[in-house]
Amino acid sequence: MPFIPWILLAASAPEGGALTVANFLTLLFVLMLATFIGLEVVKNVSRLLHTPLMSLTNAISAIAVVGSILLAGKAAGSEEQPVIITIMGTIALAASMTNIVSGFLITDRMLKMFKKREPGKS
Amino acid sequence: MNADTVKIVTQLIYLVSTGLFILSLKWMSHPSTARRGIVSGVVAMAAAIGGTLLDPGILTYNWIAAAVVIGCLVGVPLSWVPLTAVPQRTALSHAFGGLAAGLVGAAEYALWVYQKKEMTSFETGALVAEVILGFLTFTGSLMAAGKLQELIPTRPITYKGQNAINFSLLGVALLSGALLVWQPTWWGLFPLIVLISLTFGVLLIIPIGGADMPTVIALLNSYAGLSAVAMGFVLDNKLLIAAGALDGSSGLILSIIMCKAMNRSFTNVLFGAFGQVQAASAVIEQRTAKSATAEDAAQIMDAARTVIIVPGYGMAVAQAQHRVRELYDALTKRGVTVKFAVHPVAGRMPGHMNVLLAEAEIPYDRLVEMDEINPEMPEADVALVLGANDVVNPAARHDKSSPIYGMPIIDADKAKTVFVIKRSMNPGFAGIENELFFADNTLMLFGDAKAMITNLVQALKE
Repeated sequence: MPFIPWILLAASAPEGGALTVANFLTLLFVLMLATFIGLEVVKNVSRLLHTPLMSLTNAISAIAVVGSILLAGKAAGSEEQPVIITIMGTIALAASMTNIVSGFLITDRMLKMFKKREPGKS
Repeated sequence: MNADTVKIVTQLIYLVSTGLFILSLKWMSHPSTARRGIVSGVVAMAAAIGGTLLDPGILTYNWIAAAVVIGCLVGVPLSWVPLTAVPQRTALSHAFGGLAAGLVGAAEYALWVYQKKEMTSFETGALVAEVILGFLTFTGSLMAAGKLQELIPTRPITYKGQNAINFSLLGVALLSGALLVWQPTWWGLFPLIVLISLTFGVLLIIPIGGADMPTVIALLNSYAGLSAVAMGFVLDNKLLIAAGALDGSSGLILSIIMCKAMNRSFTNVLFGAFGQVQAASAVIEQRTAKSATAEDAAQIMDAARTVIIVPGYGMAVAQAQHRVRELYDALTKRGVTVKFAVHPVAGRMPGHMNVLLAEAEIPYDRLVEMDEINPEMPEADVALVLGANDVVNPAARHDKSSPIYGMPIIDADKAKTVFVIKRSMNPGFAGIENELFFADNTLMLFGDAKAMITNLVQALKE
């Protein structure tokens, strides 16, 4: 796939620190490339599978789980982070996990139902 | 491992995860590879979570473990819903996604204020976008789920100046966001932005009716993805941006397909309040439709070579898909070719009919898209319209005064004989009279869809 090297290139920029102009531009690169890939890939999705596609992307958009884990994992009540923030992170994490678990499970359940005709039947 | 090594390892894991997410969607291109797509998606998500757990900033796993347990306890039962309820499950899932994004954004902002951290305008801007998108998706999706579950009225609710109010609310939110970017310490603006976003989500969905739900669900899908993108900018995380963008573009494409299938624009769906406009449409002259019994229909179908079934939301409401399977079997056994013509907006979400028919174990190669089935229609001996209405209304082709004029339809009227299963002559959701019901080659089968199909199968067996 010709787009993988581009993603690699975009992902190799330095990480961490505040969101500077340079970082922001790198992220904008990733956004643009990922959007084009997404549009191309989804265009080719079979119309039969649009409902499973939606439940699959439900699970994928729960990638927000990354942000919630970082918030929920910091020591609660410490000098750096009040308890309320940890609680908010925990609620967000529970919501994301719900989406991940139910999204993948129901997609699998639906896809199992799509069967070809058994041979011998017209 | 020292902190730098951990960072590199995490980034490598995120990179692999991004690639797997792309493959996951790519494999959805065909039913034969689609289940591979799920495996790929699960591995990608597991890798993303694993990579994040390596973060040296995580000091305690107690809260994380508790949240994971809750997520599984809620998520597993949510995946058992009947397939007719999948649209509301999907909407609910968008709500959870929006809530997560909004809460993380709000927590991040609170943390910045608490730690008196300097914020760049990019960070604040991204955060405001995340919070607005997250919270409006949250309440908007809850409303959509409520309408789909019929907990709240499904008819569009409109009032004077509705669009003006909605736009000015959004304007105030964006303006407050811009002020906050300019002066990040004016933290009082933040709760205002949250509050407006929550309200805006509700107001946005109120004027939207049942038949527009497929578009709106797809659009909310897109918003959920975009809020993840914004979170990626806040946290300077490329995986979030890539995965969010995949989700966002998927929602966008689906909503474009839905809009095209209704010959309407985005703005028209969101601000047009479809149902209200229809009420004023032209007065219809009194005409009579011909009706037939299940026995008559069975006789004609028995003699047919091809029968094309056009399913609609009515089939889902009546839970008739398993009976349809029996009809399919009975006809196929008699050497009749049976196909299903699926309109893109049939049902309450994209692809809804396909999933219901697949559940009833109808082979997927019998499910044919509108563009492919239409050329075959004049050759078909029988078209059986089952719970569909507007998508088979010939007025869309020629009647310029009709509200659905220009909408691509399934040409059921071109079949030699058309059967329409319907409870009564009441017009459908939009209040549009369907001239197909009065056509010379149309016979109405009045009754409950499930019972009528059962009678048909009975009559065929005799």
